[in-house]
Amino acid sequence: MSTGEEKSRVMKHRRYVLVWMGLLILTGITVSVSGMNLGRLSVSVALIIAGLKSGLVLGYFMHLRYERGLWLFKWMIPGILALLVVLIGLTFLDVAFR
Amino acid sequence: MQTHKDYTGSKLGMWLFLLSEILLFGGLFILYSIYRFKHPVDFHLAAGELNRILGTFNTIILLTSSLTMALSISLIQKGNRKFCLLFLMVTVFLGFLFLANKYFEWAAKVQHDIYPNSSRLLGRNKGEVLFYGLYYAMTGLHGLHVLVGMLLLSIGWVFVVKEKIHRGDFVLLENSGLYWHLVDIIWIFIFPLFYLIT
Repeated sequence: MSTGEEKSRVMKHRRYVLVWMGLLILTGITVSVSGMNLGRLSVSVALIIAGLKSGLVLGYFMHLRYERGLWLFKWMIPGILALLVVLIGLTFLDVAFR
Repeated sequence: MQTHKDYTGSKLGMWLFLLSEILLFGGLFILYSIYRFKHPVDFHLAAGELNRILGTFNTIILLTSSLTMALSISLIQKGNRKFCLLFLMVTVFLGFLFLANKYFEWAAKVQHDIYPNSSRLLGRNKGEVLFYGLYYAMTGLHGLHVLVGMLLLSIGWVFVVKEKIHRGDFVLLENSGLYWHLVDIIWIFIFPLFYLIT
């Protein structure tokens, strides 16, 4: 039993290191992409990569992937992000049609 | 009546607080996007002056500190106090390194007479003034969060030493960790939006 626990612990640590490496690779990509001239696309690419990175941090480092039994954890975050998107959207509509 | 620790409740409370933090920074990000939409060229010019290498370096520092934070919590769950304390110390040290870099970055900007309300900055285009206003406000507020996180983790460190945080009760450390990761996520967005505008 305890060796099984030990094994899963080692796997967890390996997963953390893999996530960290993924985050570093994504940082490298976002820095090198910003050097290319993508014009309008560059903001979207930067935001998509930042979104992916935060997904990794939320899911693995903040354990959201493994929160079981409490549905509130799963819905609070997308809920707040949706609220933020609505707020940004409404503000943009206001500014664009002023 | 025995004392009852509500593990889920305290984590839920922490998450609610973190969500309010997201909205706090979210407001600033809204301001940023509107002003960038209105002054794209000025934002491009002003962002070109930021130190991209220092920004990238700081991103790597914060990402690494998130790893050591996650590891230290996993270690206290296992009951490995020694390495938990070591990784906690590394995390706080990396936070310190981040702030030290930030200090040098700000000091260089102030030396070039670029700070809110400086005569040199006010003489430039409106969009550039707005960019630097947001730059100081957002990286400053973020830096303040890093400082608070370091304080929380130091308290956690002392509690682990005193065995108030241990294998059976580590929710305080876990919540501090959640805060630390959120501060990392905010930086993940600040970094490309300020340092990497092309």
